[in-house]
Amino acid sequence: MATILAVDDSASMRQMVTFTLKGAGFDVVDAVDGVDALNKAKTNKFDLVVTDVNMPNKDGITLIKDLRALPDYKFIPMLMLTTESGTDKKMQGKAAGATGWIVKPFNPDQLLKTVKKVLG
Amino acid sequence: MNEASNLTEVETEDEQKQVANAIQFLSFILGNEQYAVDILRVQEIRSWEPVSRIPNVPSYEKGVVNLRGAIVPVIDLRDKFNLGHAEYTPMTVVVILQTEVKGKNRIMGVVVDAVSNVIDIDKTTIQSPPEFGTKVSTEYINGLAAVDEQMVMLLDVDKLLKLDDVDEEDES
Amino acid sequence: MSIDMAQFHQVFFEESFEGLDAMESGLLNLDMGDVDTEEINTIFRAAHSIKGGSGTFGFTSVSDFTHVMETLLDEMRDGRRQITQTALDVLLGSVDCLREMLTAIQDGDEINESRVAEHKKELDKELNGESAETPQIQNVAQSIDTVESSDAANENVGQTGWHIVFSPHAHLLKTGNDPVRMFRELKELGELTAIVDLQGVPSLYDLDPEDCHLSWDLKVEGDISREEIDDIFDWVEDDCDMAIQVLANNSPISQSETIDTEPNQLKSGGSSEQISEASNIKPQDIKTVQPVKKSAKPKPEKKDSKPKGSSSIRVDTAKIDTLINMVGELVITQSMLSLVGEDFSPHKLEQLKNGITQLGRNTRELQESVMNIRMLPISFVFSRFPRLVHDLSTKLNKKIELKLSGENTEVDKTVVELISDPLVHLVRNSLDHGIEMPEDRVAAGKPETGTVNLNAYHRGGNIVIEVVDDGKGLNKEVLRAKAIEKGLIEEDAILTDKQTYELIFHAGFSTAEKLTDVSGRGVGMDVVRKNIQSLGGNIEIESELGKGSTIAIHLPLTLAILDGQSVAVGDETYIVPLISIIETLNIDESMVNRVAGKGETFRLRDEYLPIVRMHEIFSVETAKATRLTEGLLVVVEGQGMRCGLFVDDLLGQQQVVIKSLEANYRRVEGISGATILGDGSVALILDIPGLVRLSNL
Repeated sequence: MATILAVDDSASMRQMVTFTLKGAGFDVVDAVDGVDALNKAKTNKFDLVVTDVNMPNKDGITLIKDLRALPDYKFIPMLMLTTESGTDKKMQGKAAGATGWIVKPFNPDQLLKTVKKVLG
Repeated sequence: MNEASNLTEVETEDEQKQVANAIQFLSFILGNEQYAVDILRVQEIRSWEPVSRIPNVPSYEKGVVNLRGAIVPVIDLRDKFNLGHAEYTPMTVVVILQTEVKGKNRIMGVVVDAVSNVIDIDKTTIQSPPEFGTKVSTEYINGLAAVDEQMVMLLDVDKLLKLDDVDEEDES
Repeated sequence: MSIDMAQFHQVFFEESFEGLDAMESGLLNLDMGDVDTEEINTIFRAAHSIKGGSGTFGFTSVSDFTHVMETLLDEMRDGRRQITQTALDVLLGSVDCLREMLTAIQDGDEINESRVAEHKKELDKELNGESAETPQIQNVAQSIDTVESSDAANENVGQTGWHIVFSPHAHLLKTGNDPVRMFRELKELGELTAIVDLQGVPSLYDLDPEDCHLSWDLKVEGDISREEIDDIFDWVEDDCDMAIQVLANNSPISQSETIDTEPNQLKSGGSSEQISEASNIKPQDIKTVQPVKKSAKPKPEKKDSKPKGSSSIRVDTAKIDTLINMVGELVITQSMLSLVGEDFSPHKLEQLKNGITQLGRNTRELQESVMNIRMLPISFVFSRFPRLVHDLSTKLNKKIELKLSGENTEVDKTVVELISDPLVHLVRNSLDHGIEMPEDRVAAGKPETGTVNLNAYHRGGNIVIEVVDDGKGLNKEVLRAKAIEKGLIEEDAILTDKQTYELIFHAGFSTAEKLTDVSGRGVGMDVVRKNIQSLGGNIEIESELGKGSTIAIHLPLTLAILDGQSVAVGDETYIVPLISIIETLNIDESMVNRVAGKGETFRLRDEYLPIVRMHEIFSVETAKATRLTEGLLVVVEGQGMRCGLFVDDLLGQQQVVIKSLEANYRRVEGISGATILGDGSVALILDIPGLVRLSNL
């Protein structure tokens, strides 16, 4: 089963994402911000990264940019969790190398559907 | 003290009359003499271990030890009673006693030469302490009792654990 | 799959309340003249998280409300909007309103809609009043969506499918987007035919296997809306050239063609493996994928599971790590002991003893660490005061600056919970009765702005929390007269200053000339004292007329942590609080100055500081260093007093758990408490001001 890195500074969102994905049988590692995520990404090999955008200590967009620069993460799908008001964020994220986005608010089913779509 | 008598009275209803008045004491040796304390005041008995010295306190207050995370003072009864100092040996024992000061439980260790026995003493046979003639100031003695032909001095734990300056100062 | 979202609510509430606190203190810290971008970012982030969370967990009223705040904050962050005091006040009010909303939801109560509406109106006014060109971002986004979908709807009429020319840019794969995924999704919508176009593939020599050189001509048949197609390509819109057309009945592509041409072209390209690897495209993949079953709708949240404010605590992960390490050690000890016990023989006695000692130590350390989990920084209490002072001083028309110190002092969770109300009362009193009106202050030759200090520190085995103001101080005469009037004391009673000040703790005693709704009606101080006494502490007042008052709360510490430097004096180990150490130096006789009857001093730069010989004042007979050149001088400072502690040597630095010496013993001058070292022995923690006093005796 695929291993997913879930990044969010909000504990409740992190729990929700982690719980949902684990419930669907994925292996999930969580991270509290971009720095934490980058460190974890260097020591593990993830098949998908799902990250919040607005975070202290390295936001989601910078995280994606940094991850893309790592050889292991050149082609790995990376999804941003973003709000509908963040259209410019989507563009910035794409420019940084994001695969796509999940628009907040979302429910676990929407999350799973998108994740499964990306992981195939 | 009250607790002690209450407890024993409950279990003695159908026991012999002599036991009805018995209180259990822990006896120990200091020099050539036998002393005892109400066993309900004894929390535990430990062997002597080095203490951390506390500066500028009376010399019989040997220092403090760590008793499961609590800082507990240890006092040397020989020193306190002026019975002459003895070297601490593996036989040397610290009896951890409890008292209540202003509604708070307080525990303290006392160094004695050796613990001898748990003894039953009939309340009615306890004599009041003499005005003089004992080496220990009568202030700490509740009474005397004879056990196996030998005189045992029963110590008042509350007075024994009273720290000279602090407790008085606080009361004023 | 259905997930009970209610299980995340508690965490959501906790982090939201924390977020609100962060917003509040951030808003109070914002300096209108010089805006700190990081500060405003933090505020924005907190609002953003609350909005995201509340939306996800279905608290739409909260997310709607936060959305407006977020928009306002976003404009401030981008510099599109001036930060005004009014805007800040409106935002602060909204923080309160949000807090009430969340509390109501948490407790299962009704939200006060009219209050919410009122605040929202204020926000809207603020938002629209000054920058009309950015009304509601949400509305704009929505309207754009509607336009697009209506276009799509028109195209849908009478169609039998879609013809898509999809030509990804070379970097597509590096965004993690795999064309296979899109084909798979198209396949779910209807019958899919795909023709790969290899024209863009360069010669093997020039080929970059990480790039995508293929294009596709796709035909998907079925009753499919344009929206569904757009959804699939939503993420790659900007990473490809694309044309989407309604499929005419006579399709330009047919199944046979696809199968025929593809292998040929692959062969002619001569690099089929690499190509298919790079693009990950295999026709059979597309065929075999089964449509993913539509998952069931999430169950509506259970209404009966009304969340009750459960008591929880947030713990620094470092503390948990320590705990885990200790449990690890415990397990090792346990297995060692069971090994000894398996076939015990007398010669293993020593091993057994060692094991038991180790077990004792493990247990002790574990106990301490568990206790340590309960420790929280006092900032949990202090953080509410900036807001309180801000609001009250506005209300009272006074100028007051609040200064906090020692926020990181750790105290037991119980103390954090119980000290808050008494402290609020004391601070209110200081603001209301202590600090004078600005004009009175100026008239008295004081700065117009009054200062209230909230300090926390460890001392003498206690936590001390002080409220210090530079206001008018307590008037002994007035206090006395009042007490006589109230019949609390006899007319001829002789009282010390301390006893006079103590009068304010009597029930029903109030000196305020006029009652205000700020600090109550004289039912305060007696209750404050009772509360503090119930925590096992006491409260003391010092005051000087015209200069100000200091109210100090002394609380016993169940447990407190301190960064300590261990020092050796003979066989003894003492702990010096790291915070009080200025430097450590080797002393040279030339620096020393002996004044008859005044002891030794040494010169440190421009100052003469007293030398405190630890081995002398603590009568340590085993001290190795008795001549100043043999040991070290630790220069320390405490409560404004500096001195050099003369010790044998420095040992390690470590965090120590402060234990009270007074719980079972007594207060000892020069010692603030004790701690238990790794080997289970007790070390005393030095009280620097106490030592200075001692050495002056």
